[in-house]
Amino acid sequence: MAMLAVNDIHVYYGSIHAVKGVSLEVNEGEIVTLIGANGAGKSTVLNTISGLLHPRGGSVTFMGQDLKGVPPHKLVARGMAQVPEGRRIFLQMTVEENLEMGAYTQSKASIDGSIEDVYRRFPRLQERRKQIAGTLSGGEQQMLAMGRALMSHPRLLMLDEPSMGLAPILVEQIFDIIRELHAAGTTILLVEQNAQAALSVADRAYVLETGRISLSGTGAELMASDKVREAYLGG
Amino acid sequence: MEFLSYLINGVSLGSIYAIIALGYTMVYGIAKMLNFAHGDVIMVGAYVSFYTTSFAANSLLGENPSALASAGATLLSVLAAMAVCTVLGVIIEGLAYRPLRQAGSLAVLITAIGVSYFLQNGAQLLFGANPVNFTPVISGQLTLFSGRLRISYVALLTVAACIVIMLALTAFTSRSKMGKAMRACSEDRGAAQLMGINVNRTISMTFAIGSALAAIAGVLLCSYSPVLKPTTGSMPGIKAFTAAVFGGIGSIPGAFLGGILLGIIEAMAQAYISTQLSNSILFAVLIVVLLVKPSGLLGKYVPEKV
Repeated sequence: MAMLAVNDIHVYYGSIHAVKGVSLEVNEGEIVTLIGANGAGKSTVLNTISGLLHPRGGSVTFMGQDLKGVPPHKLVARGMAQVPEGRRIFLQMTVEENLEMGAYTQSKASIDGSIEDVYRRFPRLQERRKQIAGTLSGGEQQMLAMGRALMSHPRLLMLDEPSMGLAPILVEQIFDIIRELHAAGTTILLVEQNAQAALSVADRAYVLETGRISLSGTGAELMASDKVREAYLGG
Repeated sequence: MEFLSYLINGVSLGSIYAIIALGYTMVYGIAKMLNFAHGDVIMVGAYVSFYTTSFAANSLLGENPSALASAGATLLSVLAAMAVCTVLGVIIEGLAYRPLRQAGSLAVLITAIGVSYFLQNGAQLLFGANPVNFTPVISGQLTLFSGRLRISYVALLTVAACIVIMLALTAFTSRSKMGKAMRACSEDRGAAQLMGINVNRTISMTFAIGSALAAIAGVLLCSYSPVLKPTTGSMPGIKAFTAAVFGGIGSIPGAFLGGILLGIIEAMAQAYISTQLSNSILFAVLIVVLLVKPSGLLGKYVPEKV
């Protein structure tokens, strides 16, 4: 059974029908990517999974349980963590406080160890641990957002546009980290506009177009597909 | 010496404003709303303290209670006021404001004004419109410079309480887990939820703390000027709101500074310019400060990186 199953969800912003019957599945241990143009509804799908938005129809099932009516703050304890679009780190708090917030549901004893793990993965964050997060560079902020999500030791990590606004060298670093996390056993749902990078790491992929899934397949299949090459990979 | 006496008076009045302003500013910072009923919670706190004190005097204490017993009764009355106001604050938030979490800020503002009138009229129904005479929690004064400077113990207690509360709140928000969660909610509610923070519970907690502070402010306010009636909290509430904006709304040291400065300006304006005009002068200063520095004295602005 899939770890995460999204079944025919419909999401509205007021009267705007933003997501029109999307279904997707993520199995344990996979990297699945959802690619699509700006405004296709990728973040809407992700925010519906994490409970920030409520679908008007359809269902989301995580680890075999229907998430209907489960408030977003309860999902962290169930093993889901999200790195939201635009990072949304707490700019006025220090780096270390941001990480502590990521471990809000954890016991005090396990927090210190988790912080050490994050610092091992992102040594830059350790150098800046007492610094106010708003003073970090864009790349460092993305690392902080990822480190913060890892603090809860999620079984499913959802990343929303982790490469947005970053220099190519940093994008490469971020994708290296995604590969490492995957190798360490974390299941990943990756939303990206950078289709090339996303498809290169993904086991499977879905293409979202104006609120509907238009294509799906393995990463390699979609990379080879003419339609995807034309629309998302620059010919 | 006269100046010093006015200054001390101003600082002690300002300390009351500061304690009220701390409640305003915390609720604004975390729930992003102006709780205009905050001033009326002060009044409720003062009534609870008043009735607890009279109950203790009539039923618990004998004819000539010892100083210790009286102090105990006073402490009990303050704790009772804090307990009632804490519960009241949480109920107000849960019943009146929580259903409006997704609504526009105007709807919330109007609701807050409605709650304010509800509390005032409820108090009138329960306690009557006639003012009652509040017994100060502490009497007597300190005499300095061979009688030329007198400082009431109430003034000293007020300033001390204000400083302790400010330091405690600062430590709470910067160190404790709940305090950090409050700061996280204040910055980004959605992101806070993604961390596993229960935003509703955090906002309830903020109202609980703010309302407990309002109870303390109510007791100190009525010890300072002992006439208690259902509208007692309204004007100090508005002034404390002004103090919070003056200092930079959302900022704890800002509320403290704004409150103290407002008290001093009010005391000085009353002493040297005109008692009738003192409120006008107060609000004129506020307008000038906001024209020069719209975020208030200590209001902070952190540029966002995209």
